[in-house]
Amino acid sequence: MFQLTPNYELAVECCLLAGRLMMESGAETYRAEDTMDRMAQSQKLTESQSFVTPTGIIFSGNKALPTRLARINNRTTDLGKIALVNGVSRKLANAEISLEDAYIELKKIDEEHKMYPFWIQIIAASIASGAFLILFGAKLVDIPTAMVAGGIGYAIADKLELRTKVKFFAEFFAALVISMIATFSVAYGFGNEVDKIIIGSVMPLVPGLLITNAVRDLMAGHFVSGLSKGAEAFLTASAIGAGVAIILSL
Amino acid sequence: MSYFLQGILSFTAASAFGIVFNAPKNSLFYCGLVGMTGWLIYSFVDQLTSDPVKSSFAGAFTVAFVAHLMAKRFKMPMIIFSVAGIIPLVPGGVAYNAMRHIVENDYGLAIEFASLALMISGAIAIGLVFAEIITKLLLRTIKKPKLKP
Repeated sequence: MFQLTPNYELAVECCLLAGRLMMESGAETYRAEDTMDRMAQSQKLTESQSFVTPTGIIFSGNKALPTRLARINNRTTDLGKIALVNGVSRKLANAEISLEDAYIELKKIDEEHKMYPFWIQIIAASIASGAFLILFGAKLVDIPTAMVAGGIGYAIADKLELRTKVKFFAEFFAALVISMIATFSVAYGFGNEVDKIIIGSVMPLVPGLLITNAVRDLMAGHFVSGLSKGAEAFLTASAIGAGVAIILSL
Repeated sequence: MSYFLQGILSFTAASAFGIVFNAPKNSLFYCGLVGMTGWLIYSFVDQLTSDPVKSSFAGAFTVAFVAHLMAKRFKMPMIIFSVAGIIPLVPGGVAYNAMRHIVENDYGLAIEFASLALMISGAIAIGLVFAEIITKLLLRTIKKPKLKP
């Protein structure tokens, strides 16, 4: 009845792993669904159905196969991982590699973390803060303060999120420290405009990717994903806002 | 500020954001290019119309269009190029102003800024989606789909 490849279980496993990796790295929902469906089709699971949300994936390979579920617990932004998984799925769909090789490669992507070194990320965050400061029309005097505040804020947000596992607390605390640095440096004459410094150095924390992804998902008809991503973006934005507001209102 | 300086700054900012978001090494330069084009269009339209909603739409549209071309060229997901480019357009300053007025108990101005921030983020999202649909339609008409046997 059904045309099944001998190791259809591995095919379903492979699709789920690819989808989970993509959603954990911040891919759009429709891209994860598309990737999973393409991989399934290349393995002759032509009636596959996938339902992807930011917190979990439900995938069914065929009428005869059991439906599988994968839970997504932590979500970060890791564009490199999305590109790697995409490459593997493309190769699998074009039949350039076998299913076993694809699964091994995906496992390898899952296990090893190829991030830029932490100090490079901090430097990048502080350079971005400085560049934004000037783009937003501030004076050159404020650059050092904004770079220091942006780098420290990013480092705090990243490390606290690893420690506490609560993203919103980490962002709240980072925003608090950033606005403290900005107000103190202006009070002691190192900076000029508190507002511009805070805006510039908060930029690495702002949930820009989440907001755009949320609306993107809503417009594509993925209402569950869109609303939950929107809620996450709203919480993040309020955490940053609360952190800044506490210092400003003192 | 001259367009040259703005171009350099937005290029730096977008590439730096590529590193923060862990984009692949060989795509960082193009992330910067996408961000620079988007920002230059944004500030050009902003000077013409002095309406942040329209200019954000134009900027986001450009970012998504160029990102799509890059994605086709390098066979990578489009999101790699669009994310870093969209960040400079995010209305951080407007949202900050809204929150600042809430803290100062000036709710009228706060709502004004908050609705402007909402309009801008809506314009960015619509710009992204429109560009994606239009590029897909264009590519479909340029390359006729292969008929399956």
